[in-house]
Amino acid sequence: MNWTETLRTAFDAVRAHRLRSILTMLGIVIGVSSVILTVGLGQGAQNKVKDQIASLGSNLLIVSPGSSTSSAGVRGGFGSATTLTTTDADAIADKSVVPDVRAVAPTASTSVELTAGTSNWTTSVVGTTPAWLSVRARSLESGRFFTASEIEHTANVVVLGSDTASELFSRGSPVGQTVMANGRTLTVIGVLKSSGSSNSGTSNDDTAVVPLTTEQALAGATTNSLSTIYVEGASSSTLGAAYDEINALLLNLHGITDSSSADFSISSQESLLSTANSTNKTLTVLLGGIAAISLLVGGIGVMNIMLVSVTERVREIGLRKALGATPGVIRRQFLVEASMLGLLGGLVGVVLGIVGAQVLPSIISQPVAVSLLATGGAILVSLALGIGFGVYPAGRAARLTPIEALRSE
Amino acid sequence: MSPESVPGVMPVIETRAVQKIYSTGSVEVAALREVDLRIDVGEYVAIVGPSGSGKSTLMHILGCLDVPTSGEYLLGGEDVAHMSEAELALVRNRRIGFCFQQFNLLASLPAWRNVELPLIYAGLGRSERRERAHLALERVGLGDRADHKPGELSGGQQQRVAVARALVTEPSLILADEPTGNLDSASTADVLDLFDELSGAGRTIVLITHEHDVAARASRQVQVRDGMVVEDSAVGVSR
Repeated sequence: MNWTETLRTAFDAVRAHRLRSILTMLGIVIGVSSVILTVGLGQGAQNKVKDQIASLGSNLLIVSPGSSTSSAGVRGGFGSATTLTTTDADAIADKSVVPDVRAVAPTASTSVELTAGTSNWTTSVVGTTPAWLSVRARSLESGRFFTASEIEHTANVVVLGSDTASELFSRGSPVGQTVMANGRTLTVIGVLKSSGSSNSGTSNDDTAVVPLTTEQALAGATTNSLSTIYVEGASSSTLGAAYDEINALLLNLHGITDSSSADFSISSQESLLSTANSTNKTLTVLLGGIAAISLLVGGIGVMNIMLVSVTERVREIGLRKALGATPGVIRRQFLVEASMLGLLGGLVGVVLGIVGAQVLPSIISQPVAVSLLATGGAILVSLALGIGFGVYPAGRAARLTPIEALRSE
Repeated sequence: MSPESVPGVMPVIETRAVQKIYSTGSVEVAALREVDLRIDVGEYVAIVGPSGSGKSTLMHILGCLDVPTSGEYLLGGEDVAHMSEAELALVRNRRIGFCFQQFNLLASLPAWRNVELPLIYAGLGRSERRERAHLALERVGLGDRADHKPGELSGGQQQRVAVARALVTEPSLILADEPTGNLDSASTADVLDLFDELSGAGRTIVLITHEHDVAARASRQVQVRDGMVVEDSAVGVSR
């Protein structure tokens, strides 16, 4: 008896007991669709985190000044000290000292009221270098970014964030127009593309970027102090090394021997996000595990029904044996029947899961990513469940002696 | 028509001192003791006996559904007494066509697909199976009922479908176990006429029954009692 005949016989049997087959498959269907949905939810959440990482700039390290302590002993928060300088930024940019760094963007920021014609808008003016664009993974909507020579000449140019641009210039392109800031006339040379995301509540799109020297002039600063140095590591695998190199360099430059009293801090937002990611992963594994258990229960359901089926079809088995079916052929028939129940259940479950993945995001406002791996895996597992839980009933059917089977009423 | 009187004729069935002993715990019950039987090609034999006589056990062994405890059983010259389950299945498929009291048709399949079942296990292709199943159904006069399911057929028609299924592999032996036990007298006559016809066409038929008027239709009667052949019309011996 060849495989097509075995498949046809199994399909006939599944069809002959339609309601029972559907009820048997239900367990597998529910198990598979919930595996797909839970894994999809987890993956969706991870993808969201991944997008956030990408919007920060890849392999980003953020060097912030430490806290200041006033003469009265009042300690400011992180970033209140003015311990980071352009000298530090230049040192970090030195490839011979810090080989694992690709680019450095020192920034100093100040809050300034900008005026364009009759409209005015107060925003955070960030002074930086041309490297900022790539380090922060930003791009321009229109115009251009400033150049190194414009920093040297304290050029009166500004690149606006998309929100700031629309607040100041309600119509027409801002590029080429001017804004007033602290008595200086700045020419708008470009507008940033909206980053679409915000970090800790402040929009990345409400900003004005100027050459570092121009910011110092605007703020009336007398020192070269910086608010933050953004560092792009050479690769994600060497980010740890870059971290250590910068740490050692700054400790050395600042003449600090005890690293616990460092006057700066280095943080990697990726590490924060990877924590969030691993939380998601734990949740996915947990939910997926529950779904997998329901799949297992579905498999046991298949075994139960197959056992009932063998008992109920004793006469049929006896007849088939009398007509020439060997024990092996009978075993294969029941095994294929059980696998077919598993596989059909798996396929229906996949369809339900994918439909659920389309519908669910609009209900719970969480992204659901249908993973090809989980889908394929779920189908394979349901097939394996059918086979695995079919072995025992099929063995029982194969062992029945034909007389015993024919005699039963 | 005594087999001994026709030298050189190959017997379909030859049993030598076949015994079947069932043991339940320490108690041993001999269902068959020392059965010697020879049935030649083309014979129409009725095995008759009351219930408990051992005729069912004999039928199981003749049908290769069970193996004897001791003794020899040659089916078409092949010793089947010591075969494995799988080998016996093959022998049943190739050499024996069964008819049962309960018809044993699969209710979910139309008549022709019931008839083709043994051919599936013989490994034949689909188109050949279909063709032979329809031919066999025509042979039993049910060519127009091929697509009917057993539930849509009368008892006599169902048994004729079963006969078609027994015929379809061209077996050397047709083994019918109380084929008329579940039929009214009209259907009984119908089915027995069919057996007469098949016998006339040279088929070897062994029919097991406890009804003497059914047995009377056969050309040879074998009486079984207490696990032994007590009378055989062919050898004319009453033991």
